[in-house]
Amino acid sequence: MTVNAEPLLRVENLYTRFDTMDGVVTAVDGIDFDVHAGETLGLVGESGCGKSVTALSILRLLRCPPARIEGRILFGGRDLLQLDADAVRSVRGREISMIFQEPMTSLNPVLAIGEQVAEGVRLHQRLSRRESWQRAVEMLQKVQIPSPEIRAAQYPHKFSGGMRQRAMIAMALSCGPKLILADEPTTALDVTIQAQIMSLMMQLKQELNTAIVLITHDLGIVAETASRVIVMYAGQIMEEAPVRDLFKDPRHPYTRGLLGSVPVIGRGQRPNRRLQEIPGMVPSPLRMPAGCRFHPRCPQVAPRCCHEAPPMVLLGEHRRVRCWLETV
Amino acid sequence: MLNYVIKRLFSMIPVLVGISILLFFMLRMLPGDPAQVLAGQMASPEEIETIRKQLGLDRPVYEQYLSYLGRLVRLDLGRSARTQNPVIEEIWARLPNTALLAVVAIGLACLFGIPAGVISAVRPYTWVDYAVTMGALFGISMPVFWLGLMLVVVFAVVLRWLPAGGTGSWQHVVLPSVTLASFVVAFIARMTRSTMLETLSLDYISTARSKGLKEEVVVIKHALKNALIPIVTVVGLQFGLLLGGAVLTETVFAWPGIGRLIVDSILARDYPVIQGTILIFGLLYILVNLAVDILYVVIDPRIRYE
Repeated sequence: MTVNAEPLLRVENLYTRFDTMDGVVTAVDGIDFDVHAGETLGLVGESGCGKSVTALSILRLLRCPPARIEGRILFGGRDLLQLDADAVRSVRGREISMIFQEPMTSLNPVLAIGEQVAEGVRLHQRLSRRESWQRAVEMLQKVQIPSPEIRAAQYPHKFSGGMRQRAMIAMALSCGPKLILADEPTTALDVTIQAQIMSLMMQLKQELNTAIVLITHDLGIVAETASRVIVMYAGQIMEEAPVRDLFKDPRHPYTRGLLGSVPVIGRGQRPNRRLQEIPGMVPSPLRMPAGCRFHPRCPQVAPRCCHEAPPMVLLGEHRRVRCWLETV
Repeated sequence: MLNYVIKRLFSMIPVLVGISILLFFMLRMLPGDPAQVLAGQMASPEEIETIRKQLGLDRPVYEQYLSYLGRLVRLDLGRSARTQNPVIEEIWARLPNTALLAVVAIGLACLFGIPAGVISAVRPYTWVDYAVTMGALFGISMPVFWLGLMLVVVFAVVLRWLPAGGTGSWQHVVLPSVTLASFVVAFIARMTRSTMLETLSLDYISTARSKGLKEEVVVIKHALKNALIPIVTVVGLQFGLLLGGAVLTETVFAWPGIGRLIVDSILARDYPVIQGTILIFGLLYILVNLAVDILYVVIDPRIRYE
């Protein structure tokens, strides 16, 4: 992967706001990042930090209104936010596809699995019913679903959670997209199944040279699969780093908090070490704290942090952090 | 599946016996003497007594019921006290009229109600949605007889496009079926709107959109098919009710249907006809419900009957 090449996806100054009864909620607050062809970018943060909304904004899957999306989302030389509805639909599923968190509810219960995979293929690759069904069966085989011909004709309720997520992956990959937005693809699965699904995704990604934006709160998965990580908090990017650097030398107090709250078994552990937690709660999007959004929970808070928002400090290529500590 | 249907058909027997018991004893609790009604105001006590004997009303009630049940087992609904015709003939003369009206009315209601509900769910809280809601409110709250009369005034009296009442041609069916459909269409539209709104917010709808499918495909193929179960239920219940006849509509349009037969028989204390029609109505209602249950299996692959 050459870092300097033109990125596959470039998100610039993205704001996603929702008009609600209680006021305007800014779920994504001016974020920017690049995704390069074939890479895996981890997007991590606590629930409600705006990572899922970022993915839904990229594919314009949010209902507008109440959502308002501003900024630029450049993909293949076009700004997805400027495209008309037909043009956006031709990107969805064909060039960028999405894997959702809940395999139990993300498949249509009254349509056969094969049809759910085939319909996208039929639409984007202009294949006949027969050919697209054949392609669906091939895809199910690719994601290692046993006896795919029989399984394709079955409905989702006959599939286990892991099998459904495999079917979702088959669906997402069926048209050979350049980018997959995977929104917590393994969160709802058992740990053993999680590992299977992740390794399957990584194997197919290699095979098809697809880029993945992996949205998760599981730092273990990020460590194993991503090449680069973006840490989000309260709608903003707090830190970006190559995965090794992030784990070796986290610069933002929030990132350090996240890493400290992961249980580690074995090496280098003092026997009675307590798991660290980040004190406090994620702020309400309607009442964001002044200054740095993380300051009420930050162990290294300084007076300045409480009233002045820290700038994004560039520390190197793909290495940046939003913290006053880095400005001195 | 076949086993299930057979089981359901057999389970109709106790239900129908239950209906017959309730009906039989409730009718006998009604004030008024059928012999007196039949004999007329001027009849002597002896004449009334003779008629009572003829009708078997002088025997104890449980005895009357047992002999009624005995005839029922042989599919004999008895004879009308008024006309002396077999009850089954009385019903058979009117049931096709009622069924025709019910089928056309439910067809119209689905044809307009389901699309209206879908459109207002796809564009919630817009003027289209408010217009459908207002229309539905109008349809549900308007008295049927008033709407019927207004339709007669406009289309029969003023415009002279359609006949004011009676039977005989397709034109005769239009006004009564539109009148009947007005309530049902509103009901179906509301039900469709609420289930579609719920379905459209589910995860698999986002999945469908993320594949790049057209919004029409998402709405009809992915959402409507899932929303059909409650809609089919409402349609089935309403259809069952319509099969029981619509007294007011039939009266306004002089439509010779089951509804008027029931009311006329009640006024005349014509026990055999009341019992016969309501029993047949019960039977039809149960059959419609069974049909709806079978339809569930066609719509939703998760539903299987053993």
